[in-house]
Amino acid sequence: MTEPKAIEVKSVSKSFGAYQALKSVSFDIGSNEFFTILGPSGCGKTTLLRMLAGFESPDAGSILLNGKEVVAIPPHKRRVNTVFQSYALFPHMTLEQNVAYGLENLGWEQGRIKTRVGEMLERVHMGPMARRKPAQLSGGQRQRIALARALAPEPEVLLLDEPLSALDLKLRQAMRDELRTLQRDTGITFVFVTHDQEEALDMSDRIAVLGGGEVQQIGTPAEIYEEPVNRFVADFVGETNFLDVEVLETTGGEATIRTPFGLSITVPATGPTAKGRATLSVRPEKINLGNQAEGITFEGRITNKNYMGGYTHYTLDVAGTELRASRRNASREGDTIPLGATVPVGFVAGSARVLAA
Amino acid sequence: MTDSALHIPAETVRAPRARFWHDLSFWGLLPSRLLMGFALILPIFIIAAVSVATRGAYGGFTWDFNLAGYSQILFNEGWTGELEFTPQYLLIIGRTFLLAGATTLICLLFAVPVAYFISRQPPGRKAALVYLVTLPFWVSMILRVYAWMIILGKDGTLPKLLETLGFPAGMSFMFNDGATLTAMVYTAMPLMVLPVFASIEKLDGTLIEASHDLYGDRWVTLRRVILPLTAPGLTAGAILVFVPSLGAVLEPILMGGGKQMMMGSLIQLQFGGGRNWPFGAAIAMALMALVMVFLIFTALRAAQREATP
Repeated sequence: MTEPKAIEVKSVSKSFGAYQALKSVSFDIGSNEFFTILGPSGCGKTTLLRMLAGFESPDAGSILLNGKEVVAIPPHKRRVNTVFQSYALFPHMTLEQNVAYGLENLGWEQGRIKTRVGEMLERVHMGPMARRKPAQLSGGQRQRIALARALAPEPEVLLLDEPLSALDLKLRQAMRDELRTLQRDTGITFVFVTHDQEEALDMSDRIAVLGGGEVQQIGTPAEIYEEPVNRFVADFVGETNFLDVEVLETTGGEATIRTPFGLSITVPATGPTAKGRATLSVRPEKINLGNQAEGITFEGRITNKNYMGGYTHYTLDVAGTELRASRRNASREGDTIPLGATVPVGFVAGSARVLAA
Repeated sequence: MTDSALHIPAETVRAPRARFWHDLSFWGLLPSRLLMGFALILPIFIIAAVSVATRGAYGGFTWDFNLAGYSQILFNEGWTGELEFTPQYLLIIGRTFLLAGATTLICLLFAVPVAYFISRQPPGRKAALVYLVTLPFWVSMILRVYAWMIILGKDGTLPKLLETLGFPAGMSFMFNDGATLTAMVYTAMPLMVLPVFASIEKLDGTLIEASHDLYGDRWVTLRRVILPLTAPGLTAGAILVFVPSLGAVLEPILMGGGKQMMMGSLIQLQFGGGRNWPFGAAIAMALMALVMVFLIFTALRAAQREATP
């Protein structure tokens, strides 16, 4: 692949005292990509972002920005801008002055700054408020100004540190779409840090799942969700059922396993290559019930039922093993399986994964 | 006016005003009112009264109205009773403002980096450093000023040190305005560091990072983000240092050798050796008036800054 790379992170490590925040992390981010670093709090994702911005430097390893080593370059000389989690708008400046700040420091001439600031404020729908101060804005408006301020200098990369976490639910959804549109329109590489897997799946071109200071998996949202490489990824991204299974045989990308309820089946495997104990991951929506049961089928008893409107979540007892299944209520008939009923249960082999225990 | 017959003036509708002694807060605030009255207001009235009294023949004063104390600030009384202009006390007032201003500036220059450094420390060390800043307050001011005499004076620590470095022996840095200024800066420094520290500590660190992120180097960040946002603390520190420095007594007497007078030492002299209480009181009133002008000016500027959008 000769596709240009905006960022190359090469075996970057960082410790704070005895705590190892990052353990030899490596990945590349392509130009114009919406790249998300996803992970639980304390996984090192913010540290990584701060390194890209230049606020932290790695203990070991290197970071390349458009092919240039930047570890020794201070933040104010990197063509990288950040949207901070707390927005960090300058409280003593008007919105206009906030957006102009970066441009003034870059030495743009006044006329050009004025045009660019007006343009950016229009783009985030804040034009009429140019003379206000940050304290007079709502959370969503501050978010927009932070975006305008960071995008105004036309950075090579825009870093976003959980920028949606302080917004309420409805606004968050709207901002997701706005961010995505902004990224497509500007063609700037976005590096987005979040702990919210739904946000990550929704917006990203590619996702890096970070856990325990290590990259667990990198891939498109669908790859991450459908083909998790280990238990951590399957568990952190979306809901899933984990079953303790025994691997009888592995061939190529598949494994023949014995389930706790006695079935021997062959399913895709990404983890174990040897015989022994392993984990089977099956997502609840992949498990079909009643007359929809297909593929590998067995029987189960409904022990609990949660009607969610669009979906109904069922808890099943399959020969002593608990399984969760969700069923879309495509019609009024969708929610007809009664509690306590014993029904056919099934899933397609290709939708399950065998992972290392 | 559209007053109808039924219109009742607003005042009469209000509940009758309670007598002030029915108000509990009056009693609660009484101790502080008494303290302010006896320790602040009353002495000012006494000084104001003395400033217009007549100087007694052997010190002290008599209660005869006389503006001689004030006229003495600007004029000398000749042999025949005529008044001739004399700049000597104006020079002292000028030197006082110059030294107090210099003290404030030097304190600012030192306090900002010190406060910034302390604010960047981990919590435990931060508390320890703030404690160290306040430590000089535990020692009597006279002792602290004497300590500087030991350092700067003849055969003192600094001259001895310079001697070993090859400078001529027997140098003294005492009894000049520089020595006075050194002690004044030293005495006032904690009063500047603490409010500046408080405002820098409150400063959101991500704002500094945001400035660096937006291509601001250290200088730009200091000028456009740190200074504007810490201005209230810097102003508070400047007032806390400048105003007491105007009234400095010990430093000009001990360090300046008593010859290079400041308003404080001049006042002290009039109540002591000079035996001219009305004149001393008149200078004190003049000093107070000048401080008032300075404070009103600062307050107006602060109000103006608040008002600008």
